[in-house]
Amino acid sequence: MYRVAITGIGIVSCLGNDLESVGAALRNGQSGIVVDPQRVELGFRSPLTGQIKNFDTSILSRKQRKSMPEFAVWAYASARDALEMSGLDEESLQNDQSGLIYGCDSSCLAAIEQVEALLQRGETKGIGSGQIFRSMTSTVTMNLNTLLKTRGACWTLSSACSSSGHAVGQAADLIRMGRQERMICGGAQEVNWQSMCSFDGLGAFSAQLDDPATASRPFDADRDGLVPSGGAASVILERYDLAEKRGATILGELLGYGFSSDGAQLSVPSEDGLSRAMRSALQQSGLATGEIDYLCAHATATPAGDAAEATNIRRVFGDTTPDISALKALTGHELWMSGAAQVVYTAIMAQQGFTAASYNFNQADAGTAGLNIIRETRLRSPGKVLCNSAGFGGTNSSLVIAFS
Amino acid sequence: MTKEEVIELIDSSLAEEFELDRADMTPEANLYEDLGLDSLDTVDMVIVLEGAFDFKIREEEAVRAIRTLADIHNFVMHKIEQHS
Repeated sequence: MYRVAITGIGIVSCLGNDLESVGAALRNGQSGIVVDPQRVELGFRSPLTGQIKNFDTSILSRKQRKSMPEFAVWAYASARDALEMSGLDEESLQNDQSGLIYGCDSSCLAAIEQVEALLQRGETKGIGSGQIFRSMTSTVTMNLNTLLKTRGACWTLSSACSSSGHAVGQAADLIRMGRQERMICGGAQEVNWQSMCSFDGLGAFSAQLDDPATASRPFDADRDGLVPSGGAASVILERYDLAEKRGATILGELLGYGFSSDGAQLSVPSEDGLSRAMRSALQQSGLATGEIDYLCAHATATPAGDAAEATNIRRVFGDTTPDISALKALTGHELWMSGAAQVVYTAIMAQQGFTAASYNFNQADAGTAGLNIIRETRLRSPGKVLCNSAGFGGTNSSLVIAFS
Repeated sequence: MTKEEVIELIDSSLAEEFELDRADMTPEANLYEDLGLDSLDTVDMVIVLEGAFDFKIREEEAVRAIRTLADIHNFVMHKIEQHS
């Protein structure tokens, strides 16, 4: 088994489009949540959403973007930044040992646009050449593959809100097993009302509209639902020995990946599923629970989901949990992107020397009690970290990372 | 519309759609080898020409035979003559 190094990160997030601005937002508690006027007009129960701002799409040509929905361009931007950080040049990626796995579970807007184009133009050839490639959930990896010319693994993993947690974990496994030497992995999530309207109809979104910045309240007694969000996050993983040999700056080591599923309900997480993923990740990492000093929770701010995660955390860590924060207080729930985003956010904290508070948390209720939730940002880098993500249908991912 | 105006409308429409450099757009330029288009682009080329000249292109075999910019000019001129 090979060791797995993290050598690059990149992100396009509602907190910012580069590591410095995202780091500043995490450190200072700046929210990326806004009210979308169109959702108000359309009668959404909650018009709150994360929003990507000031993104320059001209990094790719119009022809290149023709086959890419907006979130695939975000994914490219984050991958490009992560690769630049890693120091890997184009040539070192263009071989059988370099691969791609991203988490993504929809390309809703593109699917709608192609139908609208057909109805408007009256013939299928009027839809245009790009829509088929834009509307597939594998759009990110198929487009990145043609842009970056990697020749190894190339697929997209769909498992709802744990998609990119599993994508990073599976990419690490491929390296661990010796099947790939380097992986560009991550997750991407579209941001538009079309993809969120039926989710809004479930009543699962926060309706605290007075102050968008405080609407998402993970683990807090007054939490009333998640705030949908999105963007793209990329992580470069490499075989540790090869990264060392080429003199790369190693940001951290991905020590363990655990997965599990609930085998229970569609939308209500079980009281043991995530704990089995955490235990599996810890076992692979070789670390004891007491060695984890920071847990980046999945916690989306839904009443049932946060309580279930709290139960799962207590199952694994007992009465003495690590420091815990839930970054979705600032970012909202980045859905397919969230698992990889947590890896990037924690790596940013490790690089920039702080551990972000769990903002918007005032007090626990009976369901979320017993966790060591950080109330103020600490000027200390996280060292050994556990990142959780969980998705509809009860699919769970846990990653254990040791930062350098 | 004069022949020159037709050619200008074709070239400017294609230049915008495919981000082409007008200096490369000589009549003898091969769409695939010289201008970098691919088979998917011909789908969008048809949409662009239909939009620019407000006609329908149903001659799929004739479109597939197009190789150079001059072929497009001639194809469109022929279509316009047919319509007039």
